Amino acid sequence: MRPFDYERATSLHDASERMSDAAAIIAGGTNLLDLMKIQVMTPSRLVDISRLDGLDRIDDHDGGLRIGALVTNTALATDPRVRAGWPVLSRAILAGASAQIRNKATTGGNLLQRTRCPYFYDTAMACNKRAPGTGCSAQGGSGRMLALLGTSEDCLAAHPSDMAVALAVLGASVEITAPSGELRTLPVTQLYTLPGNRPDIETDLKQGEIITAVVLPAPRPGTAQTYRKVRDRASYAFALVSVAAVVLMDGDTIAEASLAFGGIAPRPWTDGSVNALLAGAEASDESFARAAAQLVPDSAPHPETEFKRPLLRRTLIATLREATGLAGRVDTARSL
Amino acid sequence: MTEIFRMNEAQPRLLDEMRQGVVGKPLSRPEGPKKVTGTARYAAEDLPDGCVHGVLVRATISRGRVTGLDREAIRDMPGLIDVITDARLLRNPAQGMAGVAPCQPNGEVFYHGQPIALVVAESLETARDAAHRLPVHYEEIAFETDPEAAQDREDKDPETAGHFDATFAASSVTIDARYRTDAQAAAAMEPHAAIAQWSGETVLLRGSLQMLRFNRDELADSLGIDPERVRILSPFIGGGFGSKLGIGPEAVAAAIASEKIGRPVRVVMSRQTVFDTVLRRSETLQRVRLGADGDGRLRAISHDDLVSNLPGESFAEPVSQASQFLYGADGLSFSQTLARVSRTPSGSVRAPGEAVGMLALESAMDELAEKLGLCPVELRLRNIPETHPMTGQAYSVRRLADCLRTGAEQFGWARRGAPGAQVEGDWRIGMGVASAARKSALVQSAARVRLLGDRAVVETDMTDIGTGSYAILGQIAGEMLGLPVEKVDVRLGDTSFPGASGSGGSFGANSAGSAVFLAAKKIRAELAAQLGCAPGELALQDGIARGGNIERALTDLVSSEIVHEAEIAAGDTSKSHLSSGFGAHFAEVAVNVWTGEVRVRRMLGVMAMGRILNEKTSRSQALGGMIWGIGSALTEALEHDPRTGHIVTRDLANYHVPSHADVPGDMSVVFLEERDDMANPIQTKGIGELGISGAGAAVLNAIAHATGARVRDFPALPDRVIRAIEMAGV
Repeated sequence: MRPFDYERATSLHDASERMSDAAAIIAGGTNLLDLMKIQVMTPSRLVDISRLDGLDRIDDHDGGLRIGALVTNTALATDPRVRAGWPVLSRAILAGASAQIRNKATTGGNLLQRTRCPYFYDTAMACNKRAPGTGCSAQGGSGRMLALLGTSEDCLAAHPSDMAVALAVLGASVEITAPSGELRTLPVTQLYTLPGNRPDIETDLKQGEIITAVVLPAPRPGTAQTYRKVRDRASYAFALVSVAAVVLMDGDTIAEASLAFGGIAPRPWTDGSVNALLAGAEASDESFARAAAQLVPDSAPHPETEFKRPLLRRTLIATLREATGLAGRVDTARSL
Repeated sequence: MTEIFRMNEAQPRLLDEMRQGVVGKPLSRPEGPKKVTGTARYAAEDLPDGCVHGVLVRATISRGRVTGLDREAIRDMPGLIDVITDARLLRNPAQGMAGVAPCQPNGEVFYHGQPIALVVAESLETARDAAHRLPVHYEEIAFETDPEAAQDREDKDPETAGHFDATFAASSVTIDARYRTDAQAAAAMEPHAAIAQWSGETVLLRGSLQMLRFNRDELADSLGIDPERVRILSPFIGGGFGSKLGIGPEAVAAAIASEKIGRPVRVVMSRQTVFDTVLRRSETLQRVRLGADGDGRLRAISHDDLVSNLPGESFAEPVSQASQFLYGADGLSFSQTLARVSRTPSGSVRAPGEAVGMLALESAMDELAEKLGLCPVELRLRNIPETHPMTGQAYSVRRLADCLRTGAEQFGWARRGAPGAQVEGDWRIGMGVASAARKSALVQSAARVRLLGDRAVVETDMTDIGTGSYAILGQIAGEMLGLPVEKVDVRLGDTSFPGASGSGGSFGANSAGSAVFLAAKKIRAELAAQLGCAPGELALQDGIARGGNIERALTDLVSSEIVHEAEIAAGDTSKSHLSSGFGAHFAEVAVNVWTGEVRVRRMLGVMAMGRILNEKTSRSQALGGMIWGIGSALTEALEHDPRTGHIVTRDLANYHVPSHADVPGDMSVVFLEERDDMANPIQTKGIGELGISGAGAAVLNAIAHATGARVRDFPALPDRVIRAIEMAGV
C-alpha cells in the first residue's frame, strides 16, 4: 500500500476543491480500500465525504424519492417506502455483497464501484482500464465474469453493480454537484460511458464533480417488480447475468414492460426495443423468447462468455415468467 | 525412550469400562470462548518487540529463471530494510509428512506467482509496496499450462485384480463415462503466516501449521540446521484443510530474514498469495467404466484419472482411492496419469482422492442404476464385497449397508419418483444418494499426561485446526482418570512436547488420542500399584481412587505428580484389516430448468465412523464435510489463465465456497454406533473427511434425478446444468 494523505472534507465545496487526478473520494470504502491494498488504485490523497451533513437522508421528492449519496445500501434496501413502491430496488441491493458490506457501502459509492474483471485486479497483467495503453489481458484470458454487450477490443469488463441495474429499470437519475455548486442530473443509464478505446474513463463525471443524490421517479402502481440474479453460488457472488423487470399486466397481456440487465455489459444495460416488443404482447414463453432474441447478440466477444448468451436468454424468460405469474408461485423461487 | 505400543492385535474396549460418561459427550470446545472473544492468539498476532514485516515477491513469469533484481530502484524507500534472496527459499510448501525441505529452486521459476524473494520493511505497507515496485528480470523458457495437452506426463502402472477387460466385455450392462472436476483450493480463513525469532543458535517460529513434528524437521532441513535448534508454536490454527500440512515459503523466508537482520520477522501471505502459492487440489479428468450383470451385480470396475502437478512434486491426487475397496467385482483396474504443468503445485486438500474421485465413481454408479432400472440404494447394497477386492484384507468393521438402509428410511427415499417427475413451477425436484468411504489410519504419536492430584495436564505437539483436538484429548484423559474435563488442561501445538501425528488425513484423533489414552493407562497402573490392587480393579471417579478395599482422594494419593508418556504406532492390524469409515449421503435439490440454478433443499449423512469421542465436534466435522460436498458439487472452481497457468479466481469473493444460502437449513447427521477394535485402542476411525466423501455425488445424482439430465463437468455451475438440460432435450 502506498502512503497517502487522508483529509476530511468540511463541505461539498471543500471536497471538490481537494480533488485532483491523484485524489480519490472515499465514503464507505468497501471497494476502494481493497483496491488500494493491492495497489490497483494508488491515490495520494483520500478525501473523506462520509461525515458531510445531509447526504444520508431519503426524502420524498415529486412523488418519488431523493436518496442522498451517503445513504447506505442497507438503509436504502430496508426503507419501507422503497420496499413498498420500488421493491425491485430493494431486491437488487439485497442480492449484492454481504450484510456487512451493505452496512458500509453507500449509494454513490455503489454506482462508482469498479469492475471485478480479474485482470483489472492483477497488477502483474496488462489492463487498459488500470494502466491505459498496456493492453487487455482478458482478451485470450479467462473470461467467465466478462461482458457480453458494449465491450471493445480494449476492454471486456462488466459493471458489477446490482443496485444500478434496478435504478436503470426504474428510470432513476443521478444528481451531480459541480465544484461551483451547480447541479445537473443524468439518467443512471447515461452516467456510464462505454469503454471504446478509453476504458479507464467509466463515467460522464468531470473532475471535482460529486454524485450527491439519486432521484427515483414516482412509483408505478400495479406493476410487478422483480430482480433475478444468476450466479455461481446462491449468495455473495457477482452476477453472471441479472435481470430487473417492472411489468404492468392487463389481463394476460403485458401492458408495459421495462427491463434492465446486469453482469453482461460495462454499464447497467437497457434496450428500448426489447421493452417495445413486450408492450402489448401476450404473456407467453413465445413472446419472452422473441424479446430475448432481440436482446441477445449473435456472438460473444470472448469464447468463455459464450455461455452467457443462452444464460441471458433463459434468465430473461425465467424473470418474465416470474413477473407475469406464468411460472406459478413457488416457495423455492421466492426464497432466492 | 518410551516403548512404542504397536497395534498388532484387537484391543479391549477399556474406554467403555471406565463408565465416566465423559467420552462421547457433546461437549463444547474448551478453547471456544477464547476464539469468539478474540483472545486466542493466532500465528500472526503475537508480535514480539522490534518485529519487522516481510512480503514475498512473486514471479510474473510461468517458467524460467530470475536473472536479476533491481534493488537500486527501491533502495530509497523510507523504512525499507532488505531484499532477501537466498538459495534456501522455498518454491512451495512441503507435501504432508515429508519431513524434509521441499523444492528450493534457487532462482529458477516453475509457476506464475512463485515466491522468489522477500522484501523486509519496518511496516507491512512499505514491504508490500516495495515488493510491488521491485523490478525483476527474467529469462523465460517454454512451458505448458494445460494438463490435457501436456507432453511431460507420467503414466503409472495400473493397479489391477482379476481381468478387467475380459469381465467388462462379458458384462451385460456397462457404463463408460468421463467426468471432469475443476481444481480446488483449501480456502482456509486464516492466511498462512509466520513469525520467526532467533535467540542464539535456535529459532522460534510461530506458525499456522498442522503437523509440527514433521514441520520442525522440514524447517530445519530447509535452513540447513539441526532440528534441535528449531521450536515451532502453533496453538491455534484458523483452518487448514491440508493447506498447512507442510512448512511453507512464508515460514522459511521469515526464519532466513530474521537470522540475517537480527530482528523478529513476520511474514503473512496476502489472500492472493495464499491462492497462488499454497498447494491446491488438482483438476481431474476421470474415466469410470462399470460392468454389471442384468441383476445389478458388478463384474468389472475401472477408474482411470489424469491429474497434474509441478515437476518434482511427488504428490498425485489419489483419485481412485475409495473406488478400490468400496464395491467388489471380478475384474478391477485403476490407472493414473500425472501431467507436469506450470500451475500452482497441487497437494493434499481435504479428503484428497475421495473428494473428487467419489464424485465420478458415485455418479457412474447412479448412471448404472438408471440403465439397469434398479434403485440406486439397492444397486449399492448388492455390491458390498466380502473382503477388500484388491488385497483380500478383511474389513475391520463396516456398516455401509446399515448406513444406506437407515438413510433411505429416514430421508423418505421411498417417496422418490421417476426422474423429472416432481415439478414446482419452474423448478424440478430430485433426490440423490451416494455411498461414503474414507480410509482410516494410525500415525505414530506420542503424548505425555501429568496427574497432579485431582487435575491433569496433557502435553503433545498435536494441533487443533478448529476440529476439536483440545476437547477430545481432554475427554480421553478425563475418562481414564475419573476427572471432569474442566480438571484437564490440554496443551498442544508446541514442538517441545512429545511428537504426535498432527492434524491430517483424519488420523489425528485416532493417533494422538490413542497416545493420550496409553499415557493415562500407565498412570492408572501406577495408581493401582499404590493402592495394591490390579489395574482392572481400580476405579477412579470424581477425584477419588478405589481399589481393593481402599478408597483415597487423588490429592492424597499423588504427592507431587505422576507423569507418563506413551507412544503408539501402526502394527499388524493395519496389514490384516482395512479400517475405513463408511456412510451414506442423501440429498434433495431443486433445479431451475430455465436458469440452471441448483438449490440443495435438504441433506442427510448417515455415518459409521468408529467410536464417537465427542458427539458435538464430530457432528460439526461431518456437517462441515457435507458442506464441502456441496461446494465440490455446485460452486468451487479455481480458474487458471490459459496462457500463464496462474489462478484467476484468487480471493474469497471469486473462489466460491458455499455461502450460508447454499447450505440447506434441513441438514442432518446420524451416527451409527461402532467400535473398531482393529484400528487402535480407543476404537475410533477418522472422522474429518468422511463427511465430504460422496456428499457432492449425492447432490449431483439429485440433479440428474430432478432434471433427467446428467452433468459430468463439476462443479455443476448454472451454465453446465443448462448445457446438460439442452443436450438431454428435456
